[in-house]
Amino acid sequence: MQVGIVGYGAFIPRRRIKLEEIAKVWGADAPSYRKGLQLNEKSVPGADEDTVTMSVEATRNALARAGGIDPAQIGALYIGSESHPYAVKPSGTIVAEAIGATPAIHIADFEFACKAGTESMFVAQALVKAGEVSYAVGIGADTSQGAPGDALEYSAAAGAASFIFGSDRERFVAEVVDTYSWTTDTPDFWRREYMHYPRHGSRFTGEPAYFRTTTSSAKGMMEKAGLEPKDFAHAIFHQPNGKFPMRVGTMLGFTKEQLATGWLSPWLGNTYSGASPIGFTAVLDIAKPGDLVLLTSFGSGAGSDSFVFRVSDRIEMVRDRAPRTRPQLDEHQIYIDYGTYAKLRGKIRMAE
Amino acid sequence: MISPARSWREFPQRYRLEAAKCAGCGKVLYPPRVKCPACAGTAFETIVLPREGKVVTFTVVRVPPAGFTEQSPLPIALVELADGVRVMVQIGDVADPAELEIGMPVRLEFRRISWDGEAGLIFYGHKAVIAR
Ligand SMILES: [Zn+2]
Repeated sequence: MQVGIVGYGAFIPRRRIKLEEIAKVWGADAPSYRKGLQLNEKSVPGADEDTVTMSVEATRNALARAGGIDPAQIGALYIGSESHPYAVKPSGTIVAEAIGATPAIHIADFEFACKAGTESMFVAQALVKAGEVSYAVGIGADTSQGAPGDALEYSAAAGAASFIFGSDRERFVAEVVDTYSWTTDTPDFWRREYMHYPRHGSRFTGEPAYFRTTTSSAKGMMEKAGLEPKDFAHAIFHQPNGKFPMRVGTMLGFTKEQLATGWLSPWLGNTYSGASPIGFTAVLDIAKPGDLVLLTSFGSGAGSDSFVFRVSDRIEMVRDRAPRTRPQLDEHQIYIDYGTYAKLRGKIRMAE
Repeated sequence: MISPARSWREFPQRYRLEAAKCAGCGKVLYPPRVKCPACAGTAFETIVLPREGKVVTFTVVRVPPAGFTEQSPLPIALVELADGVRVMVQIGDVADPAELEIGMPVRLEFRRISWDGEAGLIFYGHKAVIAR
């Protein structure tokens, strides 16, 4: 069975904090962070936004682009996130209830650090391909946190992307050509139960984790599909900061032009499970029919999912049925100071 | 705080903006009721409200009640939706309440409306955000 994306959507919160605003609180040297991490600012969720609310809005955008799908026909919905609002109680049930997809539906919340989003996409498309369900939704969403003063605080951001997979070819905006996963046990980043903030292996997160895993997954994907970097119009990699995705892309033989459209982290930050999926929505916003697109995620722990998509003709008809990704990033931002940020992110100890 | 049972009963109206349209006189009730206040009819059709509308009037709550304190100042608006139905909602993503105006176009977005402290339930629903 042929499987493809029939609708896609992103949601990016409107609040932003600039790197300088964080750096000045901790006495850090903003210019060196800006240069080292290639980050300018990041998105911040409001007190009323979380993984569930962003997932609902992203999925409504995906439904608008899918056009005329009865939500009751959605047979599976998966949300990948490391910031599910409840420790026990699924996020997916709330999202499915809000879009009208309950009760004949299979739901699960996935976790795998920053890879959970593509994981949900991977499983969703596989179920459609197997003929188990007519439509399946894969979502990547996070409102991630870095410990105050930690390097992660400059990047941990919020956003969501949602993809509806189906097998009706006339509805495809992009066909799933092939998939590949590359996973090992690599302890580069973790968070134990009841801990607010994650811990990481500092420089260990780079070479043995991100770069080794990402390049192995992308190379394995291209080898499996019989493709080379020059065959692709666009490639999107996981974006823990501004620097890594560009570096890994050029290491693999992609040009800046192939990487530019999906490279959002310098202005968005790292949206964890949402990162490479949101980059992919920005690519779909401008891609041409026939374009081949490589999407390669990375999740600490560590693994990487790769996908090859071929963009379909219908993309041009549906992309403006919902807000595009880049305008959500570049327009009507609300800039906040560190005090507001600390309040919104629950970093201030309140009276009990 | 709202009980789990009551919040669960209200999911259709809060999550999906489902309203009741009176079979007798056509009046749209949101939230839905068991009896039409216009014609006393008790038969209704479920309709889904549009998510676009405009601000009819608004106020800004500076000292919100428990469950809403983190969201102060809290703008609350009467919004007329595209089909003429009026709903009372919070306005989200307001950088400065001074930017709010009567007649502003708004869109309803899915948001956390309130939450029962750190350990209790989170209540979701819709807020208006300025449509640009
Ligand atoms: Zn009536």
